[in-house]
Amino acid sequence: MPELIAPIAGSVWKILVAVGDKVELDDEMIILEALKMETPIFCDDSGTIIEIKVKEGDAVNEGDILAVID
Amino acid sequence: MLDILKELIYSSGAVSLTAGNLVMWLVAFVLLYLAIKKQYEPLLLLPISFGILIVNLPLTFLMEPEHGLIWFFYHYGIEFDIIPPLIFLGLGAMIDFGPLIANPKTLLLGAGAQAGLYVTFFAAVLFGFDLQEAGSIAIIGGADGPTTIFLTSKLAPHLLGATAVSAYAYMALVPIIQPPMMTLLTTEHERKIVMTKLRPVSRLQKICFPVVTGMTIMLVVPSAAPLISMLMLGNLFKESGVVARLTNAASNELMNIVTIFLGLSIGATMTASTFLNPKVLFIFFLGLFAFVISTAAGLIMAKFMNLFLKDKINPLIGAAGVSAVPMAARCVHKVGSEANRRNYLLMYAMGPNVAGVIGTVVAAAILLKNLG
Repeated sequence: MPELIAPIAGSVWKILVAVGDKVELDDEMIILEALKMETPIFCDDSGTIIEIKVKEGDAVNEGDILAVID
Repeated sequence: MLDILKELIYSSGAVSLTAGNLVMWLVAFVLLYLAIKKQYEPLLLLPISFGILIVNLPLTFLMEPEHGLIWFFYHYGIEFDIIPPLIFLGLGAMIDFGPLIANPKTLLLGAGAQAGLYVTFFAAVLFGFDLQEAGSIAIIGGADGPTTIFLTSKLAPHLLGATAVSAYAYMALVPIIQPPMMTLLTTEHERKIVMTKLRPVSRLQKICFPVVTGMTIMLVVPSAAPLISMLMLGNLFKESGVVARLTNAASNELMNIVTIFLGLSIGATMTASTFLNPKVLFIFFLGLFAFVISTAAGLIMAKFMNLFLKDKINPLIGAAGVSAVPMAARCVHKVGSEANRRNYLLMYAMGPNVAGVIGTVVAAAILLKNLG
């Protein structure tokens, strides 16, 4: 099952999608904040979101799973 | 009765105003506007601009040696070299050397980007500045405020206002100055390069780094000691993980307190008689030149390293070799993600960026040793 991985460490600034949403390749899903800069994270696959593993304000490390897509 | 009125008028500052004072008010108001409305480095620009305003009110004697309030701030804070090292203590407590430890090659980028300093040094000498002045102007290319102040206050204190303001101005203008250089000197293909993942860095390595690097630098260039020792102490606070209170004090309260005195003192050096001088325009121009050459040198250095590397680096990160932390790294990240939206260069750029801080301090120490 494809997963959305955090490419950099930072904190979760905004979550733009919800469980059950259909997403396409290159959709903007989550915005991370690192060094006072917003970094949008784009979807690598198409499908339906079955789980979002973080909430706004969470600190994430590089490589953490942010969401699972079916 | 008339005499008393006359007396009052003559003792008021208003009659002693010069045209130069009025021009400096204008400079102060423009900087205030940039700080408040545009939020360009407001933490520094706001106290600086207010400092400019108040020293250009005649007969207040705020910068009068041995008497004036702000003269005491300036004398004990800057002439005694106390404030810039304290800023470095706070900076050390904030920066993460992890990306540099994970990829030590990027140290070369931080060193390469200092080339602008040396080029500008000779350019400034050609323009008729003396060697001490030229050294102070060249250091602007490192885009590091505290280091610029540290060096200028020793070599050419009469230029302090101009060099400090231009160093901070170019730090704030990184997102405007650097991107055109980046697109000019790299190809679309190079900007798209996604770098291999950084290796994890252990806590032990992060603790050893400030101790070992600090000792090495101070043994080789002892005159870098005031800045490097404080930078590494701050970093050791942070990485040791056992003195959170000291880390917070250094990076928040102490940093904020000294920033107030730093800004006011720098602003207060800019009286009409010292600042309204054709040399000052040249300083802004040469400072920009230094910064542009440093950016270019970092980019070219990165491209040069790619000739030998199996895992190519994205040459954009070379531009972060100037020491404006973290503005230059952010700028690299942004330009990289415009070329390839899955390119997240932020942490890779932080390596050369923190190396650039060290590089600028070492360059300043070398200039100080040879010219001081």
